[in-house]
Amino acid sequence: MTRTEQTLQDVVIKFAGDSGDGMQLTGQQFTNNTALLGIDLATFPDFPAEIRAPIGTLPGVSGFQLHFSSNKVYTPGDIADVLVAMNAAALKVNLKSIKPGGKIIVNIDGFDAKNLRLANYPEGVNPLEDGSLDNFEVIKIDVTRLTREALKDFTDLGTKERDRAKNMFVLGFIYWMYDRTLDTTIAFLKEKFGKKESILQSNIKVLQAGYNYGDTTETFTTRYKVEKAKLPAGTYRSIMGNQALAYGLIAASQKSGLPLFLGSYPITPASDILHELSKHKAFGVKTFQAEDEIAAISSSIGASYGGALGVTTTSGPGMALKTEAMGLAVMLEIPLVIVDIQRGGPSTGLPTKTEQSDLMQAYYGRNGECPMPIIASATPSDCFDVAYEACRIAVQHMTPVILLSDGYIANGAEPWRFPKSADLKPIEVKFAAAQQNTDSKFQPYLRDEKLVRPWAIPGTAGLEHRIGGLEKQDITGNVSYDPDNHQHMVKTRQEKVDKIADYIPLQQLDSGAETGDLLVIGWGSTYGAIKSAVLELQQQGYSVSHAHLRYVRPFPKNLGNIIKNFKQVLVPEINNGQLIKILRDQFLVDAKGYNKIMGIPITKTELITEIKRILQQK
Amino acid sequence: MSATAAPVNLTAKDFATDQEVRWCPGCGDYSILAQVQKVMPTLGIPKENFAIISGIGCSSRFPYYMNTFGMHSIHGRATAIASGLKAARPDLSVWIVSGDGDSMSIGGNHTIHLLRRNFDVNFLVFNNQIYGLTKGQYSPTSEEHKITKSTPYGSIDHPFNPLALAMGADGTFIARSMDRDPKHLQETLTRAAKHKGTSFVEIYQNCNIFNDGTFEIFTEKATKLDEGLYLEQDKPLIFGANKNKGIRLNGLQPEVVELGNDFSADDLWIHDEHDFYKAQILVRMFDDPHKTGTHFPRPFGVFYETSRPCYEDEMALQIEEVITSKGKGDLDKLLRGREVWEIA
Ligand code: SF4
Repeated sequence: MTRTEQTLQDVVIKFAGDSGDGMQLTGQQFTNNTALLGIDLATFPDFPAEIRAPIGTLPGVSGFQLHFSSNKVYTPGDIADVLVAMNAAALKVNLKSIKPGGKIIVNIDGFDAKNLRLANYPEGVNPLEDGSLDNFEVIKIDVTRLTREALKDFTDLGTKERDRAKNMFVLGFIYWMYDRTLDTTIAFLKEKFGKKESILQSNIKVLQAGYNYGDTTETFTTRYKVEKAKLPAGTYRSIMGNQALAYGLIAASQKSGLPLFLGSYPITPASDILHELSKHKAFGVKTFQAEDEIAAISSSIGASYGGALGVTTTSGPGMALKTEAMGLAVMLEIPLVIVDIQRGGPSTGLPTKTEQSDLMQAYYGRNGECPMPIIASATPSDCFDVAYEACRIAVQHMTPVILLSDGYIANGAEPWRFPKSADLKPIEVKFAAAQQNTDSKFQPYLRDEKLVRPWAIPGTAGLEHRIGGLEKQDITGNVSYDPDNHQHMVKTRQEKVDKIADYIPLQQLDSGAETGDLLVIGWGSTYGAIKSAVLELQQQGYSVSHAHLRYVRPFPKNLGNIIKNFKQVLVPEINNGQLIKILRDQFLVDAKGYNKIMGIPITKTELITEIKRILQQK
Repeated sequence: MSATAAPVNLTAKDFATDQEVRWCPGCGDYSILAQVQKVMPTLGIPKENFAIISGIGCSSRFPYYMNTFGMHSIHGRATAIASGLKAARPDLSVWIVSGDGDSMSIGGNHTIHLLRRNFDVNFLVFNNQIYGLTKGQYSPTSEEHKITKSTPYGSIDHPFNPLALAMGADGTFIARSMDRDPKHLQETLTRAAKHKGTSFVEIYQNCNIFNDGTFEIFTEKATKLDEGLYLEQDKPLIFGANKNKGIRLNGLQPEVVELGNDFSADDLWIHDEHDFYKAQILVRMFDDPHKTGTHFPRPFGVFYETSRPCYEDEMALQIEEVITSKGKGDLDKLLRGREVWEIA
């Protein structure tokens, strides 16, 4: 039999199955294997909303999408070239997102009468048999039977345990299909099941069986290869958003010399930061799982007051609960980093789905005039830099800082050319020094040229002073109800935050000319989709540029001037229009919004269509 | 809580600030302030190592009048802020000043969690059984049927028994004192300060504006000795103007007995603040003192003290152990992770 090998530039593959089928693990293994070959990639895990939705049902479907390419990758891909569907529900949920002519690899055991019924197919209808998939190349594999067969000698394992290895069969087959080796996964299995010999051996056996199935079955004649991507030279690793964020916090702690304290309450999709940081006690990290969101931020305020780098992590509903304490931190003018991994809202909303839901909340959601700097991460690896920068701003400007990320970035992965610790910008911090001569009273709200007050921590002789949530007299910090003082303090706190603009970089255009027909302004996780859409349109000759905001409050000083150079402005957001309101307010610009509020990312394709529509209107 | 003693010569004056004290004239808070200012210099702790965290309420203005580090924070959260501070800075002597509304109502959740974690802090709850700062609504410790601004027909809320709550949350030091008894308060505060762990001290405090005289029965000469019971370690529970009454344990049932013909001091309950089970019964002696007929007197003093590891020490220990076994964290190693690839 002749085997051909075809080289592809770009593949989007989606693994989908029941939440118990191990699709996240399968996806991660394939991602890891791909990354180590130097192929560029982006991933998008798509979890079911319920932890244990009934097996085989539509709400129970868990997906993992991976886009890999020999070119630079900016998004996990709009539409899949290949779908792996472990059961009927997984096919049904994902059918809309497969390319016409794409491949569907199905586990036929997941299409028996029971599974079809659970997936709400009408009685007697089986999509594998009724011709409805004629536009696709369907590869049917009896994964369950083949797995059991491969394990027939593993008599000490029950059927349940054997069947659990099904995903390894699929993974093995995909490895064969893309001409990979099994070594990364075998190494992973060894580490995971090191002491459970028969589980380890059975998984390896099934993995190999899947690979050999591709190799020996004559039906499969083509293998595909994706070459290494031409990325900037350097050493890379794969990183997920929340992990990068946790590393950024640790790095800031190390480089500033401030011990890191995290006060947090578990909440999806932020909990992984708490999990990650709790592993790194070797860096002196203190993680405190508080009794609620309010205690989480309050304990961080206490830690910051004591001279630690206080951080709290949460998502939308938790943000709402922390509101009053954020106001206290603004009044106290102490450093604090508040991380909000946004999700669909309002209320409990869509916990596992992404949304740029909380910009308004971050900007305005507190009582009184309560300005706080806001910074947003654009990609999984960007979370590292943004977390580092949030800490820098917090400690150098004596202010709480809000960091916005979202579920899409938090769980997504990409290659990361990680920095060397020596190359990270130092974060200089000075506590107020002890005063032996107690004649001169310490002035806790005396400000420097940045309008920043001293960080005077308990235990420092001569600096005893009182702070609190009541309005302060400037300089002395004494309680003051004086009308003029209140106006002065409100203005001063605002000016202090505005002044941060002098200490952040100017806004750069991500791509495109400095003047033109259309400027697309984005923030956060829409980065990849906007970038790839704009690049493609530029190649087609459209006059369109892209600016992506990391600093959302204050804006970089030149943003207004950039905006003026374009005839039109488009602001795509995964919400009902939040940044756009702020831009309109601050720059009186007649910006247009493109808003998708479906709990899923904006795609490149839809953006291209929208941008063309806008440009053709004129 | 306890803190390492250092040789410092401080007086109450050193702990006073230049801020005008703004409680109503005659408020019980003045006495509590004076006693804390007297106790702190005796503890051998440098002044700059004290941090007083308060929430919101009349009592919570306390830090402004203490020349230490202090934070007047937000309603109910002083306990949570103090937890973070103590976790980050175990070297400090951290005091929480709170009221019945602040600690039992809006901050009730943080109160119980502070107690179970046993941070080494002193937690003073000024209980005046009323909301003073907001001008006279009933509080979670107000008695049933109380007529207040928000309960013109009488309160239908059942009150908390703060010490029973603290006991239920596994507090390691549980005591009650009052503003009108400076000596007892000083002794209790000193004991609290020396205890390693969360020291919960309920202080009966008179709000002479909105709830005047609510504890009078425990402070006035005529009734004090019959309605109050002063706990002393290893001593029998005796009370009464003529020291003629006592508490005896009949099985698990406490009962008031007359000393004389039938019972002598030898038959009485001997106070042992380290006895967990007796303390459970003791905190439940919470009869309405105005009840006619036989009823339990209200105990004052240290009900319970035990030792249990403090959160901040365990936290530091874990870090130490990890560093001992794995070595100090190496940032470059962390960033690099396990698997990398090179692109030329
Ligand atoms: S209202 Fe009551 S508790 Fe408040 S200061 Fe006045 S007397 Fe004291």
